[in-house]
Amino acid sequence: MSRYLRVVLAIYRKDAQLEARTRETFTAMAVFAIAVALIFNFAFQVNPRNVALVGPGIAWAAFTFTGVIGINRAFIFEKDRGTLEGLLLAPAGREAVYGGKLLGTLTLMLIVEALMVPVFLVFYDIALLSWWFVGTAVLATVGFAAVGTVFAAIAVHTRAREVLLPLLFLPIVMPVVVAAVSSTASALAGEGWSGVARWFSLMVAFDVVFLVVSSLAFEFVVEE
Amino acid sequence: MDRRQETRPAQPGLAIEVAGLTKIFGRTTALRNISLQVPWGVAVALLGPNGAGKSTLLRAIAMLARPDEGTVRVAGVTRGHDAARARAALGYVGHQPLLYDDLTPEENLRFYARLHDVRDAGARIRQVLADVGMSHRATSRVRTLSNGMQKRIAIARALLHRPAVLLLDEPETGLDQEGLALLGRIVRGVADGGATVLFSTHDIERALALADRVALLRGGRLVLDASRAAADAASLRALLADEAEARR
Repeated sequence: MSRYLRVVLAIYRKDAQLEARTRETFTAMAVFAIAVALIFNFAFQVNPRNVALVGPGIAWAAFTFTGVIGINRAFIFEKDRGTLEGLLLAPAGREAVYGGKLLGTLTLMLIVEALMVPVFLVFYDIALLSWWFVGTAVLATVGFAAVGTVFAAIAVHTRAREVLLPLLFLPIVMPVVVAAVSSTASALAGEGWSGVARWFSLMVAFDVVFLVVSSLAFEFVVEE
Repeated sequence: MDRRQETRPAQPGLAIEVAGLTKIFGRTTALRNISLQVPWGVAVALLGPNGAGKSTLLRAIAMLARPDEGTVRVAGVTRGHDAARARAALGYVGHQPLLYDDLTPEENLRFYARLHDVRDAGARIRQVLADVGMSHRATSRVRTLSNGMQKRIAIARALLHRPAVLLLDEPETGLDQEGLALLGRIVRGVADGGATVLFSTHDIERALALADRVALLRGGRLVLDASRAAADAASLRALLADEAEARR
């Protein structure tokens, strides 16, 4: 196994072990996602006629804000306990540390998004589950987490880190969030590949660019 | 019993080469043009008052801090060239234990063993835990351990992958008398095993008892780099007192 992959998997496994033991991040994300869904349920009169119009926006508002919680937590506990330095002592490039943290955040976000599918079905009668939605969720979440992970590493060194992180990275991930909303709307409208194709292309391009850029920038973010 | 620590075989060249190292934080120059060469198989004590730059120097050598000027080579590798290979040769104990509170010492060490690709990790973890006298708390969560116990686990973590260069930043902090004796045996064991130890301390007597060489930092400058035979407690105290006087 390559040095890079070994470090990525070691960090991922450690984060999964910690999360399985404490469930701190998952609980916060899941409760927040359900709360957002519940609030929007009362705010909008969602019915079969307007569900395709407002449903994707509600879903991605919930995913975006819960994602911010997950991304924020990725580095806060490492920084507070000083264990970030332990990761930086790993015998691999910094991009391996980035990869490990990204993978952990991505997994948590995808689990919460998967759990929200039945919640949206119950609250809004939105049948999100389709291959097109799965593709949209994976592509959008990868882009979101790719950018968020590197900005979380920047924000964690500041005092107002919880406030600063969304201010820093939400404007940058807006294209991928807009693409996700539009792609989900197309999926719900049953437009198939012709409806989602251009949004998929945009999200793939975004993911590739920001995975590369964030991975390279990470070294300069985490070192003194 | 042979107290020598199992380390990597001696390598050609120097263990640590620092040349013209300068590190600046904002308006503060923490290190000024430091040059230091440390051969294999020695223990070097780094003395100096608070704020002298000891931790910054150790962090720069550990590749946790990026030099503003100068170069750092560890085990013959420059950080810009193959930092990952240099980090593989490093063991580091800082002010924080770098342990996860919700994992046990054994789980923490298993994680670091995976990072460093330690062969036969289970046996190695048992060995380093025994070396630091913590086998009996291997399965307790770290949050339930005292500071001194966490420091011992941190030392075990640093030894886990048999580092060729061991960096210890005030390692005696939090240790009881038994722990201090154990630390002394580990420092000498690592150096006698052919690896290199660079440790910072405020305790002049301990420095002279454990180290083969003594270096003294003052105001970010290296003002003394001498063999133990050439350094005595009184002159070291006088150098440190000069600094205290200058501060007033």
